[in-house]
Amino acid sequence: MNLEKVVFAFFILLAATLNFGFFIGDIADPVLHNVYELFAAIVVSLIATVLKFGDRTQIGAIHLATSLVADLQLIAAAITWAVAVHVTGVGMTAHVTSSVVSLSGGALFANIVSVVILIIETVMLRR
Amino acid sequence: MSSIFFIVLRRMRAPLIVLIVIYAVSVLGLTLVPGVDANGQPAPPLSFFHAFYFISYTATTIGFGEIPNAFSDAQRLWVTVCIYLTVIGWSYSIVTLLALFQDKAFQSVLVVGRFARRVRHLHEPFYLVCGCGETGALVCRTLDELNIRFVVVEAREERVQELDLEDFKTDVPALAADAQAPKVLQMAGLLHPKCLGVLALTNDDNVNLAIAISTRLLNPGLTVLARAENPMTAANMASFGTHHIINPFERFADYLGLALEAPHTIRLLEWVTGLPGRQMPPMHRPPSGAWVVCGHGRFSRPVVRELAEHDLQVTVITPEAMDAIAPPLRNVIGLGVRAETLCEAGVAEAVGLVAGTDNDVNNLSIAVTAKAMNPDLFVVLRQNRITNASLFEAYGAQFTMVPSRIIAHESMAMIITPLLARFLDGVRGRDDDWAAACCARMEAQFGDEMPQVWSVRIDDQEAPALTAHLKDGGAELSITTRGFELNNECLDALPLMLVGSDRVSLSLFPAGNMPLHCGDELLFAGRGRARDSQRTLLSNANILAYLLTGRERPGGWIWQEYGKKLD
Repeated sequence: MNLEKVVFAFFILLAATLNFGFFIGDIADPVLHNVYELFAAIVVSLIATVLKFGDRTQIGAIHLATSLVADLQLIAAAITWAVAVHVTGVGMTAHVTSSVVSLSGGALFANIVSVVILIIETVMLRR
Repeated sequence: MSSIFFIVLRRMRAPLIVLIVIYAVSVLGLTLVPGVDANGQPAPPLSFFHAFYFISYTATTIGFGEIPNAFSDAQRLWVTVCIYLTVIGWSYSIVTLLALFQDKAFQSVLVVGRFARRVRHLHEPFYLVCGCGETGALVCRTLDELNIRFVVVEAREERVQELDLEDFKTDVPALAADAQAPKVLQMAGLLHPKCLGVLALTNDDNVNLAIAISTRLLNPGLTVLARAENPMTAANMASFGTHHIINPFERFADYLGLALEAPHTIRLLEWVTGLPGRQMPPMHRPPSGAWVVCGHGRFSRPVVRELAEHDLQVTVITPEAMDAIAPPLRNVIGLGVRAETLCEAGVAEAVGLVAGTDNDVNNLSIAVTAKAMNPDLFVVLRQNRITNASLFEAYGAQFTMVPSRIIAHESMAMIITPLLARFLDGVRGRDDDWAAACCARMEAQFGDEMPQVWSVRIDDQEAPALTAHLKDGGAELSITTRGFELNNECLDALPLMLVGSDRVSLSLFPAGNMPLHCGDELLFAGRGRARDSQRTLLSNANILAYLLTGRERPGGWIWQEYGKKLD
């Protein structure tokens, strides 16, 4: 067992699951989407990105790219939330909530791709 | 470049993760700790947005204060923890980054990356010079004077640093690396489309051999010029088709032999293979008679062989007894620096002395001692190190042999003008009187300063205007050295050879009225400015037409059409 692989897989999976947890539920209902969960998803996703730094292989490059996409989407969601709540003051209306959640949905897709790549890599190397 | 990027990313992994975790913990804490409003009543904690904003400016030590409201004591307690945490996180990142930049391995990766990038971005034709010791430096300086770009690979780090301080006209990419490694050669532009040739000039025969064979295998089209001081290496190089192999010692012996039988021929060779702009050395006329040779190493062996071939009586002074000595050869045991040894070797009756040991001080000592015993002696000195030049100049031997200079002359001549090899062969085939007449012409034209030598092919690339003219009219050779005005002023250039378009017919020092044809190749000697003027003349149709017809030719299309109507 390789500790590096454990940590790596842990963060990738955790990023995906947290993202999924935030995403699941009625898209327009702010009660079903906790902002703390979004925060956790961003932090774990950033850590997962940094873990992928410095891998020169082709698969490593795709890993990094998917992670960057997820980060971008999650941060966009966070900014949307911050603008709605603090800047314009409209609060979490159905419209704003659905924007935030759909952005995180995009990130979820990227995270799923990450997980799929992880599985493919594992199967391919058979170690 | 990408490898540097990846190294930075890999090294920064841990500090970046630490930083992200610290930020996350700090922000999360602030969103949980209750605050206080302006009236001292408990208020809800900061939201994520405000918490992130606050931590961002606190962590970077900008510190705007407690925004948006004054904090509660509980918040202040947590912020105190955050401040120390974030300072640790940032310091850790910065220290790691600084350590990385200080890292020797990282720096070498940076240097190699920059070198490879500079070579990749060369857009002009260039030569790859391997080995930049005395010989290489001489070659580099000459290439620079001739405005030819080059890339240097040299094994010793300090030589590369010295090279950076040299005052070259162009930017010279130089790398301290072992040129034996094919990867290094590739990085230095072996496969670069603009690479013209490789010069293997290190002072290690094996390295030169490795460079020659790498080039032969990886880029067979390139010209390879290699230095080989061992006949075995030279034979090995020749076996796989190295274009030019230069053994300075053999070459010098060859010169000496030629100087014995045809002093003007050697003079003419010196005229065309010398480094442009240098002073012409005085003429060598080694006398016939008894010779004394000191030393019997790489240098002296071919010299002794050459002297013996000319039926001269040779006495060799060696530290140890030689094995196999044929009758005209005599062997005296000793160093040659002592008068007794020289006396025993018969310096008093000899006409020539070769001081050819591998120690410069000994060579000078031998020469000075021998000259005291016999002032009429013709002295041939071997100078091993260029740095001793002032000593050898002060002594003023008739013939000083500097290996690095021979290699530099020869390689420059071959590399710049491939036609020169044919010219030299042609000159060797003629007798000495013919050479004397040619030398006189060279001297009348150039005084005692060595000219540049260049070749021109009459084709669409090198002489488009002349080629266009030749398609429907004739021209004589003299047109190539005409000045731009109609008075009979000539460029300071002398045609040395004309090779016909069939590549076989060849005339040396061709007369001015020889007809030119498309595909002819010409070899010129002349001043740099004449070469530039000639290039303009051969490629500018208007100037050429003016010289041929004496009439200004209309340049633009409208005037050309108008001119046709008038005719």
